Amino acid sequence: MKIMRKASRSKVITYGLVAIAFIIVQLLISSGNISSSLQGQLVPICAYVVMAVSLNLTVGVLGELSLGHAGFMSVGAFTGVVACISLESIIPFTILRLTVSIIIGAFSAGVAGTLIGIPVLRLEGDYLAIVTLAFGEIIKNITNCLYVGVDKAGLHVNFLTDATSLNLSEGGRVIIDGPMGISGITKLSTFAMGFALIMVTLFIVLNLIDSRSGRAIMALRDNRIAAESVGIHVTKYKLMAFATSAALAGAAGALYAMNYSTIIASKFGFNTSILILVFVVLGGLGNIRGSIIAATVLTILPEMLRQFNNYRMVIYAIVLVLIMLATNDDNLKGFLSNLRNRLLPSNLRKGKKGAENG
Amino acid sequence: MTFLSFLISGLSLGSVYAIIALGYTMVYGIAKMLNFAHGDVIMVGAYVCFFATTRWDLPPTVGVLLAMVVCTALGVLIERLAYKPLRSAPSLAVIITAIGVSYFLQNAAQLLWTSNPKVFTSVVGNSSIKLFDGGLTISVIAIITIIACIIIMAALTWFTGKTKMGKAMRACSEDKGAAQLMGIDVNFTISVTFAIGSALAAIAGVLLCSAYPTLMPTTGAMPGIKAFTAAVFGGIGSIPGAMIGGLLLGIIEIFGKGYISTQLSDAIVFAVLIITLLVKPAGLLGKQTTEKV
Amino acid sequence: MKKIFCVFISFVLIIGLLSGCGGSDSASSGDDNSTGKNEEPVAVAFKLGGTGPLTGGAAIYGNAAKNGAQIAVEEINAQGGIKFELKYEDDEHDAEKAVNAYNKLKDWGIQISLGSVTSTPGVATSAETFSDRIFALTPSASATAVIEGKDNVYQMCFADPNQGSASAQYIVDKKLGTKIAVIYKNDDVYSKGIYNTFASKAKELNLEIVSTTTFTEDSQTDFSVQLADAKKNGADLIFLPMYYTPASLILQQAKSIGYDPKYFGVDGMDGILTLENFDTSLAEGVMLLTPFNADSTDERTVSFVKKYKELFNETPNQFAADGYDCVYAYKEALETAGCTPDMSAADICEKMVEAFPNITFDGLTGEGVTWADTGEVSKSPKGMVIENGAYVGMD
Repeated sequence: MKIMRKASRSKVITYGLVAIAFIIVQLLISSGNISSSLQGQLVPICAYVVMAVSLNLTVGVLGELSLGHAGFMSVGAFTGVVACISLESIIPFTILRLTVSIIIGAFSAGVAGTLIGIPVLRLEGDYLAIVTLAFGEIIKNITNCLYVGVDKAGLHVNFLTDATSLNLSEGGRVIIDGPMGISGITKLSTFAMGFALIMVTLFIVLNLIDSRSGRAIMALRDNRIAAESVGIHVTKYKLMAFATSAALAGAAGALYAMNYSTIIASKFGFNTSILILVFVVLGGLGNIRGSIIAATVLTILPEMLRQFNNYRMVIYAIVLVLIMLATNDDNLKGFLSNLRNRLLPSNLRKGKKGAENG
Repeated sequence: MTFLSFLISGLSLGSVYAIIALGYTMVYGIAKMLNFAHGDVIMVGAYVCFFATTRWDLPPTVGVLLAMVVCTALGVLIERLAYKPLRSAPSLAVIITAIGVSYFLQNAAQLLWTSNPKVFTSVVGNSSIKLFDGGLTISVIAIITIIACIIIMAALTWFTGKTKMGKAMRACSEDKGAAQLMGIDVNFTISVTFAIGSALAAIAGVLLCSAYPTLMPTTGAMPGIKAFTAAVFGGIGSIPGAMIGGLLLGIIEIFGKGYISTQLSDAIVFAVLIITLLVKPAGLLGKQTTEKV
Repeated sequence: MKKIFCVFISFVLIIGLLSGCGGSDSASSGDDNSTGKNEEPVAVAFKLGGTGPLTGGAAIYGNAAKNGAQIAVEEINAQGGIKFELKYEDDEHDAEKAVNAYNKLKDWGIQISLGSVTSTPGVATSAETFSDRIFALTPSASATAVIEGKDNVYQMCFADPNQGSASAQYIVDKKLGTKIAVIYKNDDVYSKGIYNTFASKAKELNLEIVSTTTFTEDSQTDFSVQLADAKKNGADLIFLPMYYTPASLILQQAKSIGYDPKYFGVDGMDGILTLENFDTSLAEGVMLLTPFNADSTDERTVSFVKKYKELFNETPNQFAADGYDCVYAYKEALETAGCTPDMSAADICEKMVEAFPNITFDGLTGEGVTWADTGEVSKSPKGMVIENGAYVGMD
């Protein structure tokens, strides 16, 4: 009973943290005290938070390294925008249209995740990592050769040719134009929608972790053979985690795409996958709250470093390595905890420790 | 004839992947870490050789040796500062650190040498052998790369198999704790592994840029990822596997472009990789380990 | 204890490094951003901002445009009259980063914008400048989507479709080739955009395209297959709508297989001669359409190239010239419209929208340049051919 209460208290803290952050930012916006730089980053931050939380489900909770998470983001982004543009006349109400698009993006990414997951999840460790990387690259390559248009007759899809061979009738519109991606997207994503998506993601992920299925997934991570021997269905639970994670990434992709007037397939490559992985590892494997904080901080950090001009990315790299060293190196850890012992009063430290376990 | 010329192009491209993959697999086999910064060490090696031969007019051999010395020092330095403190940390932490190092090298290179591409002068010239009245061309650099690859592969196999240091390396790879108990200096062994891997990176950088002579701070990144794929393809940790994986990857890439579609070449390469791994989950020559309960 | 000490020392060193960077940065940003600050207070200068890839793989284009614009700003500020304060932010050739960079410029108080240097970020930032009512004149973001449907976004460079159709027209008019091969980059907005219109124009003109092959960012090292395909199909001219870095590899690899067709490039090809250590004999006979020629002998170009070499130690390319021209075009338009630096961005924007379609501008990249009210530039591309390692006009 006590454990349960602790777990749900931790959940409440996580929800609360996000809600408080949202309220503070909303207050700042309404009082006009926010810089355009920060305000412009709110939606991408939300998208990255959802990406980080969803990847954490694969990497931290399921314990499988994925290097192709951006691929699912791409699937969600492109299908989401296609859905949004094709539904323009059917659903004129923008918030509803955005929601429907995000759901469609999530659904298609979830389908992609399941299709990829069935063969791939038989592999282990670094081999699984490289195959996810490969799928990410394949998705990128295929999207670069994809042409989609819409007219009165419905959607036209073409592969490997070009936009003119879509044979759109009068008044038709090319949506995905191969390597040029989608341009002229109406900006629909809002911070409130991003906040809602984070809350839904948290609700799904935290409840999944806390459920019977979640415990089965974690058992697979900790010891697959032992878990199998007590009758846990390996493929089913692995797939459950993987597909959920992919679907959430798709939702984040749709949200992200509809915040910019253009998206291209190359954006969702290996580097973006790695970026998300960095959020997850830095926030702590399996630590959902950590992912949220890491994604937020590391998205803002390069912008904060703009004053250093060209040294910015060098500094970012150094900070990254230093954080990894500081959180993992025993000597440095001892040094930091000594420092903390001296600087912080003991009761405050206890509170912090409790929070870290969440 | 087309087939033969594609095969030769594939082998030339593959040999470059192979030589990078050898360094990758070497480090992975012993230290059990994916050194994502390997591609960027290659870039540094190529830059050093470029400056030595083009700006300071040193002979190519001196340029290559200088690149090897600089890369070895750099590799050992990186290992000391960034990887060694994480020896007992989870493997993901090490991967992220390696990525951090990779970002650092790329951006530092850009600050030092600007982002303007430079054209690398091939260390062996641009000559090529023409067969069948020019119907078939084999560039000298491709032949040298393949020979270098075979020599390095043989040397590494001999080194890890026969020498005392090599045995120590294999012991560390099997079980670090047990190796330490047997009196092997694990830290030193891993440092030596990085030194060798980085020296190989320098050679790979020079050969890569001799074959494809554009040199930019991002030059090493994509070949690095392809070589990583090649190493996994051949069975990561296996030295002959890296070579075969690299060559095959090059051939598949060229054949995919030549016979299927240039637009889909990347997808084809990765699809073949996925299918191979589904059939042989530990790569072509990888050891299939059965988990003991 | 020793280790802790080491760690401590390294921390100190890094903090030192950081502050060192900060120091040097503030010094350099003094030069970069607020040129002419010694003479008069900043309030009299128009705040001119732009984004471009200053780091990463595309950094060469961003830095060139920035440097070119900077030279123009320094010249104009020294002349008296209108003054500019220039600030460039890094967008890493990425739409998301470009919007961040643009927002940063907004915080700084940008009044007129230089848009973005490259196309994909350009589409993203132009949508922002459109909704914020800040006027933008982009030096080199050439995709049509950059200006489409936006009354206050203008281009200094040719739009991609113009380049494609102009190239096809040029090849037919001058009878440069009969069997054409095209190699383009299939994950690049610029390359694909030019290819599309080239292909449709070629069809219209009955110009036979015998081979069409592609490459991507991930596979831009080996072109043997693409060249073999062109050779097999007997192409006598290869059209290369791409930047010069992959083009240099294509030239080299074609030579090594003993294939010697004619080459025709677009403005991205400009710069191939400035590649350090490039064997210019490879580029012998390469034709390209470019608005700018660094070897030109007219007075303005000579003085610009000289200044650029002095300041940045390299030969300016077309991006630098476009950046330079943008600032001068702004000067002309602002003077025509009678704008003053104390006006708001939106007011300047309205004046600029009125002024730009009516001015005629002479710059490094063209004489008598005019703009349509869609934002599209009209200037005639110069056909150039490389002879003995230098550009020579073809007409």
